[in-house]
Amino acid sequence: MKLSDLIENLSLEVKTPETDLTREVTGGYVSDMLSDVIANAKAGYVWVTFQSHLNIVAVASLKGICGIIMVNNRVPARETILKAAAENIPIMTSSLAAFELVGKLYALGLRCR
Amino acid sequence: MTKSSDGVFFLTGKDFTNAGSASSNLKGILDDMGIPADIVRRAAIAAFEAEMNAIIYAVAGMMRYSITPEAVTVTLQDMGPGIPDIDLAMKEGYSTAPDYIREMGFGSGMGLPNIKKNTDKLTINSVVGEGTTLEFVIYLQGLSPETSG
Amino acid sequence: MTLGEIRGILGALVITQRTDMNKEIGRAYCADLMSDVLAFSVTQSLLITGLTNVQVVRTADVADIKAIVFVQGKRPDIDTIATADSKNIPLLVTNLSMFETCGRLYENGLRSAAGDTP
Repeated sequence: MKLSDLIENLSLEVKTPETDLTREVTGGYVSDMLSDVIANAKAGYVWVTFQSHLNIVAVASLKGICGIIMVNNRVPARETILKAAAENIPIMTSSLAAFELVGKLYALGLRCR
Repeated sequence: MTKSSDGVFFLTGKDFTNAGSASSNLKGILDDMGIPADIVRRAAIAAFEAEMNAIIYAVAGMMRYSITPEAVTVTLQDMGPGIPDIDLAMKEGYSTAPDYIREMGFGSGMGLPNIKKNTDKLTINSVVGEGTTLEFVIYLQGLSPETSG
Repeated sequence: MTLGEIRGILGALVITQRTDMNKEIGRAYCADLMSDVLAFSVTQSLLITGLTNVQVVRTADVADIKAIVFVQGKRPDIDTIATADSKNIPLLVTNLSMFETCGRLYENGLRSAAGDTP
């Protein structure tokens, strides 16, 4: 499944249109703890979080995360979007709470092993 | 409700073991006084956020509460760094918390907005380098003078 | 869904004492940021989190959360469990990731505590 499929299926709002949205999504991760993502997320995963701090971009880049979905209508800070665009990390937002969004990602077949 | 109550809790900066216990105790006191659950929850949430702010940022602080048949008033006075720009601090997502605080589940920039959302009146006075005094009031609506006797 | 069913779906361990496994849980919320939990009226729901410090239990207490599931096999310390016991908040531990935990509970019909817009 490609990131663009998720965007369409879950009506995600893309905050970084210039980034690569055609990447293959290999799984999902949900966490607001940067250290947890660094330790446990895998390359190609899409990361669901309420965290909007600038550092999420560096963590995503480090782990090869294919995209970040911010939940609960969280608005990413301008610096976060700029950095994400520069590092080619797609940032998307959803009005859903993390539980609901993950439930839908799971129903679409994404897993976290 | 016929009773009134007031008291004070002392807070120690960076004491994360006890962080939140003052608000938890306040919740117990409000529950015991028979205050409606919805008001208890709003007061407890606002107090908890204010308490966490004091523990995270200040050296020490105290939380005073005053419960009357009309309102719950909580005042948090801390000896901390102060807030240079209160309007900015009220913005959702704005935070100056260091990473280790974030890793504890706080500092996501929702604290002050949460306090505002749960209270009827909020005043913040802050002097940079000295500290911050935050006071909020929640009115006990639905309690008519007759029933509060 | 009862707490007992949730335990079964997650293969979770109950670590609090005298836990009522028939307790009904209607909604769930997952987060590691406690202000997020406090911001989105998640009253009476199940909290799924990867954080195990005592503030999680205190947050659950002030927000009237019914039970907590700790993911990834993370266990809180004994004092945190004692605090939960004193507040009568059941604690469960599952080895599943937070993603799998949410996914499986959602698949079994549990829905989100926070609506579309907070």
